Amino acid sequence: MAETSIRPKIIPGEIVVEGVSKSYGATQFRKEVVQDCSFKIERAKLTVMVGPSGCGKSTLIRLLAGFEQPTEGSILLDGEPVTEPSRDRLVVFQETALFPWMTTWDNILYGPRARGELSRESLQFGEFLLNKVGLQEFRDKYPGQLSGGMQRRAELARAMINNPKVMILDEPFRGLDAMTKELMWEYYARLYEENRRTNFFVTTDIDEAVFLADRILVMSNIPTQVRAVIEVDLPRPRKLLDIFENDRANDIKKQALSILHAEAMRSFSRGSKAAADFVDAYLKRASRA
Amino acid sequence: MKKFLSSPAFWRGALSIVVFLVLWEIGARSKAWMAPEFFAPFKELLGAMGFKKDYLPWIGAVPAPSGVLKAWVAVLGQPGYWQSWYMSMFRVMGGFIAAMLIGIPFGLALAVSRVAHGIGFPTFEVLRPIPPLAWVPASIIFWPTQELAITFITFLGAFYTIVINVLGGARSIDVRYFQAAQSMGSSNWDIFRRVILPGTLPSIVVGSAVGMGITWEVVVAAEMISGGGSQQAGVGGGLGFFIWNSYVGGSYEQIVVGMISIGIAGFISSELLRWAGRYATPWLKLR
Repeated sequence: MAETSIRPKIIPGEIVVEGVSKSYGATQFRKEVVQDCSFKIERAKLTVMVGPSGCGKSTLIRLLAGFEQPTEGSILLDGEPVTEPSRDRLVVFQETALFPWMTTWDNILYGPRARGELSRESLQFGEFLLNKVGLQEFRDKYPGQLSGGMQRRAELARAMINNPKVMILDEPFRGLDAMTKELMWEYYARLYEENRRTNFFVTTDIDEAVFLADRILVMSNIPTQVRAVIEVDLPRPRKLLDIFENDRANDIKKQALSILHAEAMRSFSRGSKAAADFVDAYLKRASRA
Repeated sequence: MKKFLSSPAFWRGALSIVVFLVLWEIGARSKAWMAPEFFAPFKELLGAMGFKKDYLPWIGAVPAPSGVLKAWVAVLGQPGYWQSWYMSMFRVMGGFIAAMLIGIPFGLALAVSRVAHGIGFPTFEVLRPIPPLAWVPASIIFWPTQELAITFITFLGAFYTIVINVLGGARSIDVRYFQAAQSMGSSNWDIFRRVILPGTLPSIVVGSAVGMGITWEVVVAAEMISGGGSQQAGVGGGLGFFIWNSYVGGSYEQIVVGMISIGIAGFISSELLRWAGRYATPWLKLR
Protein backbone atom coordinates (compact mmCIF):
# COMPACT_ATOMS: atom_id res chain seq x y z
CA MET A 1 0.00 0.00 0.00
CA ALA A 2 2.67 2.40 1.07
CA GLU A 3 4.60 1.68 -2.10
CA THR A 4 1.98 3.09 -4.41
CA SER A 5 1.98 6.39 -2.56
CA ILE A 6 5.76 6.67 -2.92
CA ARG A 7 6.07 5.60 -6.51
CA PRO A 8 5.09 8.07 -9.19
CA LYS A 9 2.89 6.65 -11.90
CA ILE A 10 4.87 5.01 -14.67
CA ILE A 11 3.91 6.10 -18.17
CA PRO A 12 5.72 3.87 -20.64
CA GLY A 13 6.57 5.41 -23.99
CA GLU A 14 7.01 4.03 -27.45
CA ILE A 15 9.85 4.88 -29.82
CA VAL A 16 9.58 4.60 -33.56
CA VAL A 17 12.77 4.71 -35.61
CA GLU A 18 12.08 5.39 -39.26
CA GLY A 19 14.59 5.20 -42.07
CA VAL A 20 17.41 6.49 -39.88
CA SER A 21 20.88 6.87 -41.33
CA LYS A 22 23.97 8.23 -39.64
CA SER A 23 27.30 8.82 -41.27
CA TYR A 24 30.49 10.45 -40.06
CA GLY A 25 33.31 12.27 -41.76
CA ALA A 26 33.79 14.57 -44.72
CA THR A 27 32.30 13.71 -48.10
CA GLN A 28 35.08 11.62 -49.63
CA PHE A 29 35.82 9.69 -46.45
CA ARG A 30 32.21 9.35 -45.39
CA LYS A 31 31.49 6.31 -43.30
CA GLU A 32 27.92 5.09 -43.04
CA VAL A 33 27.46 3.61 -39.59
CA VAL A 34 23.69 3.31 -39.64
CA GLN A 35 21.85 2.95 -42.94
CA ASP A 36 18.12 3.23 -43.48
CA CYS A 37 17.37 1.60 -40.17
CA SER A 38 13.77 1.20 -39.03
CA PHE A 39 12.36 -0.50 -35.96
CA LYS A 40 9.99 0.04 -33.10
CA ILE A 41 10.61 -0.06 -29.37
CA GLU A 42 7.18 -1.18 -28.23
CA ARG A 43 5.36 0.28 -25.28
CA ALA A 44 5.83 -1.51 -21.96
CA LYS A 45 8.04 -4.16 -23.50
CA LEU A 46 11.64 -5.16 -23.05
CA THR A 47 13.28 -4.93 -26.43
CA VAL A 48 16.79 -6.33 -26.69
CA MET A 49 19.10 -5.45 -29.53
CA VAL A 50 21.83 -8.01 -30.33
CA GLY A 51 24.58 -7.53 -32.79
CA PRO A 52 28.29 -8.15 -33.14
CA SER A 53 30.53 -5.68 -31.34
CA GLY A 54 31.39 -2.65 -33.39
CA CYS A 55 28.21 -2.89 -35.45
CA GLY A 56 26.99 0.60 -34.63
CA LYS A 57 24.73 -0.16 -31.67
CA SER A 58 26.31 2.57 -29.58
CA THR A 59 25.74 5.06 -32.38
CA LEU A 60 22.07 4.12 -32.41
CA ILE A 61 21.93 4.69 -28.67
CA ARG A 62 23.44 8.15 -29.00
CA LEU A 63 20.76 8.93 -31.57
CA LEU A 64 17.95 7.56 -29.41
CA ALA A 65 19.21 9.50 -26.41
CA GLY A 66 19.42 12.67 -28.47
CA PHE A 67 23.17 13.24 -27.98
CA GLU A 68 23.49 13.21 -31.76
CA GLN A 69 21.10 13.79 -34.64
CA PRO A 70 20.53 11.33 -37.49
CA THR A 71 21.77 12.34 -40.94
CA GLU A 72 18.47 11.12 -42.37
CA GLY A 73 15.20 9.73 -41.10
CA SER A 74 13.35 10.38 -37.89
CA ILE A 75 13.10 9.11 -34.35
CA LEU A 76 9.77 9.65 -32.62
CA LEU A 77 8.91 9.19 -28.97
CA ASP A 78 5.11 8.89 -28.71
CA GLY A 79 4.86 10.81 -31.96
CA GLU A 80 7.18 13.64 -30.87
CA PRO A 81 10.53 13.95 -32.69
CA VAL A 82 13.66 13.42 -30.60
CA THR A 83 15.87 16.51 -30.80
CA GLU A 84 17.85 16.69 -27.56
CA PRO A 85 18.75 14.67 -24.46
CA SER A 86 15.87 14.34 -22.05
CA ARG A 87 14.89 12.55 -18.87
CA ASP A 88 12.26 10.74 -20.95
CA ARG A 89 14.97 8.65 -22.60
CA LEU A 90 17.60 7.87 -20.01
CA VAL A 91 20.73 5.92 -20.80
CA VAL A 92 22.44 3.49 -18.45
CA PHE A 93 25.94 3.36 -19.83
CA GLN A 94 28.47 0.61 -20.49
CA GLU A 95 30.74 0.03 -17.53
CA THR A 96 29.50 2.79 -15.23
CA ALA A 97 28.89 6.49 -15.52
CA LEU A 98 28.18 7.13 -11.85
CA PHE A 99 29.85 10.36 -10.78
CA PRO A 100 32.90 9.18 -8.81
CA TRP A 101 32.87 12.32 -6.66
CA MET A 102 29.34 11.76 -5.34
CA THR A 103 28.12 9.24 -2.81
CA THR A 104 25.58 6.63 -3.86
CA TRP A 105 22.80 8.73 -2.37
CA ASP A 106 23.87 11.94 -4.13
CA ASN A 107 24.25 10.04 -7.39
CA ILE A 108 20.70 8.71 -7.12
CA LEU A 109 19.34 12.17 -6.35
CA TYR A 110 21.25 13.82 -9.19
CA GLY A 111 18.30 14.09 -11.55
CA PRO A 112 15.72 15.63 -9.20
CA ARG A 113 18.37 17.99 -7.81
CA ALA A 114 19.44 19.08 -11.30
CA ARG A 115 15.88 19.95 -12.24
CA GLY A 116 15.18 21.64 -8.93
CA GLU A 117 12.56 19.03 -8.08
CA LEU A 118 13.96 17.88 -4.78
CA SER A 119 10.74 17.42 -2.82
CA ARG A 120 9.67 15.20 0.04
CA GLU A 121 8.18 12.82 -2.51
CA SER A 122 11.37 12.54 -4.53
CA LEU A 123 13.39 11.95 -1.36
CA GLN A 124 10.98 9.21 -0.37
CA PHE A 125 11.14 7.71 -3.83
CA GLY A 126 14.94 7.84 -3.68
CA GLU A 127 14.86 6.05 -0.35
CA PHE A 128 12.51 3.47 -1.82
CA LEU A 129 14.81 2.89 -4.80
CA LEU A 130 17.88 2.69 -2.58
CA ASN A 131 16.17 -0.12 -0.70
CA LYS A 132 15.00 -1.68 -3.92
CA VAL A 133 18.55 -1.97 -5.23
CA GLY A 134 19.73 -3.14 -1.81
CA LEU A 135 22.26 -0.40 -1.20
CA GLN A 136 20.93 1.12 2.05
CA GLU A 137 24.21 0.37 3.79
CA PHE A 138 26.21 1.90 0.95
CA ARG A 139 24.28 5.13 0.91
CA ASP A 140 27.27 7.30 1.89
CA LYS A 141 29.93 5.34 0.01
CA TYR A 142 31.54 6.57 -3.17
CA PRO A 143 31.21 4.54 -6.40
CA GLY A 144 34.86 3.48 -6.12
CA GLN A 145 33.98 1.72 -2.89
CA LEU A 146 31.21 -0.35 -4.46
CA SER A 147 31.61 -3.66 -6.30
CA GLY A 148 30.84 -3.83 -10.01
CA GLY A 149 27.38 -5.28 -9.44
CA MET A 150 26.52 -2.64 -6.84
CA GLN A 151 27.60 0.13 -9.20
CA ARG A 152 25.23 -1.15 -11.90
CA ARG A 153 22.40 -1.32 -9.37
CA ALA A 154 23.09 2.20 -8.18
CA GLU A 155 23.03 3.37 -11.76
CA LEU A 156 19.69 1.66 -12.37
CA ALA A 157 18.30 3.51 -9.35
CA ARG A 158 19.77 6.80 -10.57
CA ALA A 159 17.93 6.32 -13.86
CA MET A 160 14.66 5.09 -12.37
CA ILE A 161 14.23 8.03 -10.01
CA ASN A 162 13.70 10.21 -13.08
CA ASN A 163 10.82 7.98 -14.11
CA PRO A 164 11.78 7.92 -17.79
CA LYS A 165 9.30 6.92 -20.46
CA VAL A 166 11.98 4.71 -22.00
CA MET A 167 15.04 3.28 -20.28
CA ILE A 168 17.96 2.69 -22.62
CA LEU A 169 20.62 0.30 -21.39
CA ASP A 170 23.89 0.11 -23.31
CA GLU A 171 25.52 -3.23 -22.44
CA PRO A 172 25.01 -2.42 -18.78
CA PHE A 173 26.41 -5.71 -17.45
CA ARG A 174 29.49 -5.83 -19.59
CA GLY A 175 32.67 -6.40 -17.65
CA LEU A 176 30.99 -8.16 -14.74
CA ASP A 177 32.13 -11.66 -13.85
CA ALA A 178 29.86 -14.51 -15.02
CA MET A 179 28.35 -15.14 -11.60
CA THR A 180 27.48 -11.49 -10.90
CA LYS A 181 26.22 -11.08 -14.42
CA GLU A 182 23.68 -13.89 -14.05
CA LEU A 183 22.54 -12.50 -10.73
CA MET A 184 22.12 -9.11 -12.37
CA TRP A 185 20.00 -10.68 -15.15
CA GLU A 186 17.61 -12.16 -12.64
CA TYR A 187 17.57 -8.98 -10.63
CA TYR A 188 17.00 -6.74 -13.62
CA ALA A 189 14.28 -9.03 -15.04
CA ARG A 190 12.43 -8.83 -11.72
CA LEU A 191 12.67 -5.03 -11.71
CA TYR A 192 11.26 -4.96 -15.21
CA GLU A 193 8.45 -7.38 -14.42
CA GLU A 194 7.40 -5.23 -11.45
CA ASN A 195 7.22 -1.99 -13.42
CA ARG A 196 6.70 -2.88 -17.06
CA ARG A 197 8.47 0.22 -18.23
CA THR A 198 9.52 0.45 -21.85
CA ASN A 199 13.08 -0.88 -21.82
CA PHE A 200 15.60 -0.93 -24.62
CA PHE A 201 18.54 -3.15 -23.85
CA VAL A 202 21.61 -3.46 -26.05
CA THR A 203 23.98 -6.39 -25.79
CA THR A 204 26.33 -8.70 -27.67
CA ASP A 205 25.38 -11.65 -25.50
CA ILE A 206 22.69 -13.93 -26.93
CA ASP A 207 22.06 -15.77 -23.66
CA GLU A 208 21.42 -12.40 -22.03
CA ALA A 209 19.08 -11.42 -24.86
CA VAL A 210 17.01 -14.60 -24.73
CA PHE A 211 16.71 -14.55 -20.97
CA LEU A 212 15.60 -10.90 -20.74
CA ALA A 213 13.74 -10.03 -23.92
CA ASP A 214 10.14 -9.76 -24.98
CA ARG A 215 11.41 -8.96 -28.44
CA ILE A 216 14.89 -9.40 -29.90
CA LEU A 217 16.17 -7.22 -32.70
CA VAL A 218 19.02 -8.98 -34.49
CA MET A 219 21.28 -6.44 -36.14
CA SER A 220 23.45 -6.60 -39.20
CA ASN A 221 27.08 -5.63 -39.24
CA ILE A 222 28.05 -2.11 -40.15
CA PRO A 223 26.18 -0.22 -41.60
CA THR A 224 23.56 -1.15 -39.04
CA GLN A 225 20.13 -2.42 -40.04
CA VAL A 226 17.65 -4.73 -38.40
CA ARG A 227 17.99 -8.24 -39.87
CA ALA A 228 15.24 -9.95 -37.90
CA VAL A 229 12.75 -9.41 -35.11
CA ILE A 230 12.18 -12.43 -32.87
CA GLU A 231 9.27 -12.48 -30.43
CA VAL A 232 10.41 -14.23 -27.25
CA ASP A 233 7.25 -15.84 -25.91
CA LEU A 234 8.82 -17.58 -22.91
CA PRO A 235 6.62 -17.17 -19.82
CA ARG A 236 7.67 -14.79 -17.06
CA PRO A 237 9.11 -14.89 -14.48
CA ARG A 238 11.86 -16.86 -16.16
CA LYS A 239 14.40 -19.11 -14.53
CA LEU A 240 18.04 -19.00 -15.46
CA LEU A 241 18.06 -22.76 -16.12
CA ASP A 242 15.40 -22.26 -18.78
CA ILE A 243 17.69 -20.58 -21.21
CA PHE A 244 20.02 -23.56 -21.10
CA GLU A 245 17.42 -26.36 -21.10
CA ASN A 246 14.19 -25.04 -22.58
CA ASP A 247 13.72 -26.12 -26.22
CA ARG A 248 11.93 -22.96 -27.25
CA ALA A 249 14.74 -20.84 -25.80
CA ASN A 250 17.31 -22.90 -27.66
CA ASP A 251 15.35 -22.52 -30.89
CA ILE A 252 15.37 -18.77 -30.50
CA LYS A 253 19.06 -18.82 -29.77
CA LYS A 254 19.79 -20.88 -32.86
CA GLN A 255 17.60 -18.65 -35.00
CA ALA A 256 19.45 -15.53 -33.82
CA LEU A 257 22.80 -17.23 -34.19
CA SER A 258 22.21 -18.33 -37.75
CA ILE A 259 21.38 -14.74 -38.73
CA LEU A 260 24.42 -13.40 -36.91
CA HIS A 261 26.54 -16.11 -38.46
CA ALA A 262 25.45 -15.18 -41.97
CA GLU A 263 26.13 -11.54 -41.07
CA ALA A 264 29.55 -12.39 -39.75
CA MET A 265 30.48 -14.46 -42.78
CA ARG A 266 29.50 -11.58 -45.01
CA SER A 267 31.71 -9.14 -43.15
CA PHE A 268 34.37 -11.81 -42.76
CA SER A 269 34.67 -11.91 -46.52
CA ARG A 270 35.06 -8.13 -46.31
CA GLY A 271 37.77 -8.53 -43.71
CA SER A 272 36.17 -8.11 -40.29
CA LYS A 273 37.80 -10.73 -38.14
CA ALA A 274 36.07 -9.56 -34.97
CA ALA A 275 32.69 -10.59 -36.36
CA ALA A 276 33.90 -14.08 -37.23
CA ASP A 277 35.53 -14.57 -33.83
CA PHE A 278 32.30 -13.57 -32.18
CA VAL A 279 30.28 -16.28 -33.91
CA ASP A 280 33.00 -18.92 -33.55
CA ALA A 281 33.02 -18.41 -29.80
CA TYR A 282 29.27 -18.86 -29.70
CA LEU A 283 29.22 -21.98 -31.82
CA LYS A 284 31.80 -23.55 -29.53
CA ARG A 285 29.70 -22.71 -26.51
CA ALA A 286 26.55 -24.10 -28.15
CA SER A 287 28.22 -27.42 -29.01
CA ARG A 288 29.44 -27.80 -25.41
CA ALA A 289 25.96 -27.32 -23.99
CA MET B 1 52.10 7.07 15.31
CA LYS B 2 53.44 4.32 17.55
CA LYS B 3 52.81 1.84 14.76
CA PHE B 4 54.66 4.08 12.33
CA LEU B 5 57.71 4.35 14.61
CA SER B 6 57.99 0.56 14.83
CA SER B 7 57.44 -0.07 11.12
CA PRO B 8 60.33 -1.22 8.90
CA ALA B 9 59.59 1.63 6.53
CA PHE B 10 60.42 4.18 9.23
CA TRP B 11 63.66 2.49 10.19
CA ARG B 12 64.77 2.12 6.60
CA GLY B 13 64.13 5.84 6.09
CA ALA B 14 66.00 6.72 9.27
CA LEU B 15 68.91 4.48 8.27
CA SER B 16 69.10 6.15 4.88
CA ILE B 17 69.42 9.61 6.44
CA VAL B 18 71.95 8.51 9.07
CA VAL B 19 74.17 6.80 6.49
CA PHE B 20 74.02 9.90 4.32
CA LEU B 21 75.04 12.16 7.23
CA VAL B 22 77.87 9.86 8.30
CA LEU B 23 79.31 9.67 4.77
CA TRP B 24 79.04 13.43 4.45
CA GLU B 25 80.81 13.97 7.79
CA ILE B 26 83.60 11.59 6.81
CA GLY B 27 83.95 13.23 3.43
CA ALA B 28 84.11 16.72 4.90
CA ARG B 29 86.74 15.76 7.48
CA SER B 30 88.81 13.74 5.07
CA LYS B 31 90.68 16.81 3.89
CA ALA B 32 92.11 17.41 7.34
CA TRP B 33 93.00 13.75 7.75
CA MET B 34 94.83 13.40 4.48
CA ALA B 35 98.21 14.79 3.65
CA PRO B 36 98.33 17.17 0.68
CA GLU B 37 100.68 14.69 -1.00
CA PHE B 38 97.74 12.33 -1.31
CA PHE B 39 96.21 14.59 -3.94
CA ALA B 40 99.41 15.24 -5.84
CA PRO B 41 99.19 12.27 -8.26
CA PHE B 42 95.58 13.13 -9.13
CA LYS B 43 96.53 16.71 -9.84
CA GLU B 44 99.40 15.60 -12.04
CA LEU B 45 97.03 13.33 -13.91
CA LEU B 46 94.60 16.21 -14.51
CA GLY B 47 97.51 18.35 -15.67
CA ALA B 48 98.61 15.64 -18.07
CA MET B 49 95.13 15.50 -19.52
CA GLY B 50 95.34 19.20 -20.28
CA PHE B 51 93.16 20.55 -17.45
CA LYS B 52 94.12 23.02 -14.80
CA LYS B 53 95.51 21.21 -11.80
CA ASP B 54 93.00 22.82 -9.41
CA TYR B 55 90.05 21.40 -11.25
CA LEU B 56 89.67 18.53 -8.82
CA PRO B 57 86.40 18.65 -6.88
CA TRP B 58 86.61 17.41 -3.34
CA ILE B 59 83.89 16.99 -0.82
CA GLY B 60 86.33 18.15 1.83
CA ALA B 61 85.61 21.71 0.63
CA VAL B 62 82.02 21.37 1.88
CA PRO B 63 81.25 22.10 5.53
CA ALA B 64 80.65 19.04 7.68
CA PRO B 65 77.19 18.30 9.10
CA SER B 66 78.48 18.79 12.63
CA GLY B 67 79.65 22.28 11.70
CA VAL B 68 76.37 22.99 9.95
CA LEU B 69 74.45 21.92 13.03
CA LYS B 70 76.55 24.23 15.19
CA ALA B 71 75.95 27.15 12.83
CA TRP B 72 72.28 26.32 12.77
CA VAL B 73 71.96 26.35 16.55
CA ALA B 74 73.74 29.69 16.59
CA VAL B 75 71.46 31.15 13.96
CA LEU B 76 68.25 29.87 15.60
CA GLY B 77 68.43 32.65 18.14
CA GLN B 78 68.79 35.37 15.54
CA PRO B 79 65.63 37.20 14.48
CA GLY B 80 67.16 37.75 11.03
CA TYR B 81 67.04 34.02 10.30
CA TRP B 82 63.40 33.76 11.19
CA GLN B 83 62.71 36.96 9.30
CA SER B 84 64.14 35.22 6.23
CA TRP B 85 61.81 32.29 6.74
CA TYR B 86 58.89 34.60 7.11
CA MET B 87 59.75 36.65 4.03
CA SER B 88 60.18 33.62 1.76
CA MET B 89 57.05 31.92 3.08
CA PHE B 90 55.11 35.14 2.63
CA ARG B 91 56.26 35.52 -0.97
CA VAL B 92 55.65 31.88 -1.83
CA MET B 93 52.17 31.92 -0.34
CA GLY B 94 51.32 35.26 -1.93
CA GLY B 95 52.44 34.17 -5.38
CA PHE B 96 50.95 30.71 -5.02
CA ILE B 97 47.56 31.88 -3.81
CA ALA B 98 47.42 34.51 -6.57
CA ALA B 99 48.30 31.77 -9.08
CA MET B 100 45.44 29.61 -7.80
CA LEU B 101 42.95 32.49 -7.73
CA ILE B 102 43.75 33.50 -11.29
CA GLY B 103 44.94 30.19 -12.75
CA ILE B 104 42.01 27.95 -11.79
CA PRO B 105 39.25 30.17 -13.25
CA PHE B 106 41.42 30.90 -16.28
CA GLY B 107 42.09 27.21 -16.91
CA LEU B 108 38.41 26.37 -16.48
CA ALA B 109 37.42 29.16 -18.87
CA LEU B 110 39.86 27.83 -21.47
CA ALA B 111 38.37 24.38 -21.02
CA VAL B 112 34.67 25.21 -21.26
CA SER B 113 34.56 28.11 -23.70
CA ARG B 114 35.76 27.84 -27.26
CA VAL B 115 35.89 31.64 -27.49
CA ALA B 116 38.01 31.97 -24.34
CA HIS B 117 40.30 29.23 -25.62
CA GLY B 118 40.65 30.89 -29.01
CA ILE B 119 41.51 34.27 -27.50
CA GLY B 120 43.47 33.26 -24.42
CA PHE B 121 45.38 30.13 -25.32
CA PRO B 122 47.78 31.32 -28.07
CA THR B 123 49.16 34.16 -25.92
CA PHE B 124 49.39 31.82 -22.97
CA GLU B 125 51.32 29.27 -24.99
CA VAL B 126 53.78 31.89 -26.24
CA LEU B 127 54.46 33.20 -22.73
CA ARG B 128 54.62 29.79 -21.08
CA PRO B 129 58.09 28.70 -22.27
CA ILE B 130 59.68 31.88 -20.85
CA PRO B 131 61.30 30.80 -17.58
CA PRO B 132 60.06 32.84 -14.60
CA LEU B 133 63.63 33.92 -13.84
CA ALA B 134 63.89 35.57 -17.24
CA TRP B 135 61.16 37.87 -15.98
CA VAL B 136 63.25 39.18 -13.06
CA PRO B 137 64.72 42.32 -14.68
CA ALA B 138 61.51 43.26 -16.46
CA SER B 139 59.45 42.75 -13.37
CA ILE B 140 61.81 44.81 -11.19
CA ILE B 141 61.35 47.65 -13.68
CA PHE B 142 57.59 47.15 -13.90
CA TRP B 143 56.50 46.65 -10.30
CA PRO B 144 56.76 49.62 -7.96
CA THR B 145 58.28 47.65 -5.08
CA GLN B 146 60.80 44.85 -5.04
CA GLU B 147 58.44 42.87 -2.87
CA LEU B 148 55.79 42.88 -5.59
CA ALA B 149 58.39 42.02 -8.22
CA ILE B 150 59.52 38.89 -6.36
CA THR B 151 55.96 37.83 -5.58
CA PHE B 152 55.05 38.25 -9.24
CA ILE B 153 57.88 35.96 -10.30
CA THR B 154 56.79 33.35 -7.76
CA PHE B 155 53.28 33.70 -9.13
CA LEU B 156 54.52 32.94 -12.65
CA GLY B 157 56.25 29.80 -11.39
CA ALA B 158 52.99 28.27 -10.21
CA PHE B 159 50.58 29.88 -12.67
CA TYR B 160 51.46 28.01 -15.87
CA THR B 161 51.50 24.61 -14.20
CA ILE B 162 48.14 25.19 -12.54
CA VAL B 163 46.48 26.42 -15.75
CA ILE B 164 47.82 23.53 -17.83
CA ASN B 165 46.69 20.98 -15.25
CA VAL B 166 43.23 22.49 -14.85
CA LEU B 167 42.76 22.65 -18.60
CA GLY B 168 43.95 19.09 -19.15
CA GLY B 169 41.93 17.81 -16.21
CA ALA B 170 38.69 19.44 -17.33
CA ARG B 171 39.18 18.20 -20.88
CA SER B 172 39.77 14.62 -19.85
CA ILE B 173 36.46 14.26 -18.00
CA ASP B 174 34.61 11.30 -19.50
CA VAL B 175 32.04 12.50 -22.03
CA ARG B 176 29.50 10.08 -20.58
CA TYR B 177 29.35 12.16 -17.41
CA PHE B 178 28.21 15.13 -19.47
CA GLN B 179 25.74 13.01 -21.40
CA ALA B 180 24.33 11.49 -18.24
CA ALA B 181 24.01 14.92 -16.61
CA GLN B 182 22.36 16.39 -19.70
CA SER B 183 19.88 13.54 -19.94
CA MET B 184 18.87 14.01 -16.33
CA GLY B 185 18.01 17.63 -17.01
CA SER B 186 21.11 19.53 -15.88
CA SER B 187 21.53 23.12 -16.99
CA ASN B 188 24.95 24.26 -18.20
CA TRP B 189 25.65 25.96 -14.88
CA ASP B 190 24.63 22.82 -13.01
CA ILE B 191 26.96 20.72 -15.16
CA PHE B 192 29.79 23.15 -14.50
CA ARG B 193 29.21 23.16 -10.76
CA ARG B 194 28.52 19.48 -10.20
CA VAL B 195 30.44 17.73 -12.98
CA ILE B 196 33.26 19.87 -14.36
CA LEU B 197 34.39 21.38 -11.07
CA PRO B 198 34.58 18.17 -9.03
CA GLY B 199 35.88 16.29 -12.08
CA THR B 200 38.75 18.76 -12.35
CA LEU B 201 39.55 18.87 -8.62
CA PRO B 202 42.09 16.01 -8.69
CA SER B 203 44.00 17.80 -11.46
CA ILE B 204 43.82 21.07 -9.52
CA VAL B 205 45.40 19.33 -6.54
CA VAL B 206 48.16 17.78 -8.66
CA GLY B 207 48.81 21.04 -10.50
CA SER B 208 49.02 22.93 -7.22
CA ALA B 209 51.45 20.43 -5.74
CA VAL B 210 53.76 20.71 -8.75
CA GLY B 211 53.29 24.47 -8.83
CA MET B 212 54.21 24.75 -5.16
CA GLY B 213 57.51 22.99 -5.83
CA ILE B 214 58.34 25.37 -8.66
CA THR B 215 57.38 28.32 -6.47
CA TRP B 216 60.12 27.48 -3.96
CA GLU B 217 62.70 27.03 -6.71
CA VAL B 218 61.77 30.39 -8.17
CA VAL B 219 61.52 32.45 -4.98
CA VAL B 220 65.03 31.54 -3.86
CA ALA B 221 66.57 32.41 -7.20
CA ALA B 222 64.59 35.63 -7.41
CA GLU B 223 65.77 36.67 -3.95
CA MET B 224 69.38 35.93 -4.87
CA ILE B 225 69.23 37.96 -8.05
CA SER B 226 67.28 40.89 -6.73
CA GLY B 227 69.07 41.20 -3.42
CA GLY B 228 65.92 40.12 -1.68
CA GLY B 229 64.71 43.62 -0.99
CA SER B 230 66.53 43.58 2.32
CA GLN B 231 66.81 46.88 4.14
CA GLN B 232 69.85 46.06 6.22
CA ALA B 233 72.64 43.76 5.21
CA GLY B 234 71.78 40.12 5.73
CA VAL B 235 68.45 40.68 7.41
CA GLY B 236 64.97 40.10 6.03
CA GLY B 237 65.89 39.20 2.49
CA GLY B 238 64.32 35.77 2.50
CA LEU B 239 66.03 32.38 2.58
CA GLY B 240 67.47 32.81 -0.90
CA PHE B 241 69.16 36.00 0.12
CA PHE B 242 70.22 34.36 3.38
CA ILE B 243 72.19 31.81 1.34
CA TRP B 244 73.65 34.39 -0.96
CA ASN B 245 74.62 36.64 1.91
CA SER B 246 76.28 33.74 3.73
CA TYR B 247 78.27 32.98 0.60
CA VAL B 248 79.37 36.58 0.20
CA GLY B 249 80.16 36.78 3.92
CA GLY B 250 82.18 33.57 3.75
CA SER B 251 80.22 31.59 6.37
CA TYR B 252 79.94 28.38 4.43
CA GLU B 253 78.14 26.50 7.18
CA GLN B 254 75.29 28.98 6.92
CA ILE B 255 74.91 28.30 3.21
CA VAL B 256 74.04 24.72 4.04
CA VAL B 257 71.79 25.88 6.88
CA GLY B 258 69.88 27.98 4.33
CA MET B 259 69.66 25.10 1.88
CA ILE B 260 68.27 22.69 4.44
CA SER B 261 65.84 25.36 5.68
CA ILE B 262 64.42 25.66 2.18
CA GLY B 263 64.09 21.89 2.00
CA ILE B 264 62.13 21.89 5.23
CA ALA B 265 59.97 24.85 4.17
CA GLY B 266 59.17 23.15 0.86
CA PHE B 267 58.32 19.93 2.64
CA ILE B 268 55.98 21.72 5.05
CA SER B 269 54.13 23.48 2.25
CA SER B 270 53.79 20.28 0.22
CA GLU B 271 52.43 18.43 3.24
CA LEU B 272 49.89 21.20 3.89
CA LEU B 273 48.83 21.01 0.27
CA ARG B 274 48.56 17.22 0.28
CA TRP B 275 46.42 17.43 3.37
CA ALA B 276 44.15 20.04 1.82
CA GLY B 277 44.00 17.96 -1.37
CA ARG B 278 42.92 14.84 0.48
CA TYR B 279 40.27 16.86 2.23
CA ALA B 280 38.97 18.30 -1.06
CA THR B 281 38.84 14.97 -2.91
CA PRO B 282 37.62 12.41 -0.37
CA TRP B 283 36.52 9.97 -3.08
CA LEU B 284 40.11 9.34 -4.12
CA LYS B 285 41.31 7.75 -0.87
CA LEU B 286 39.03 4.78 -1.11
CA ARG B 287 38.89 1.77 1.16
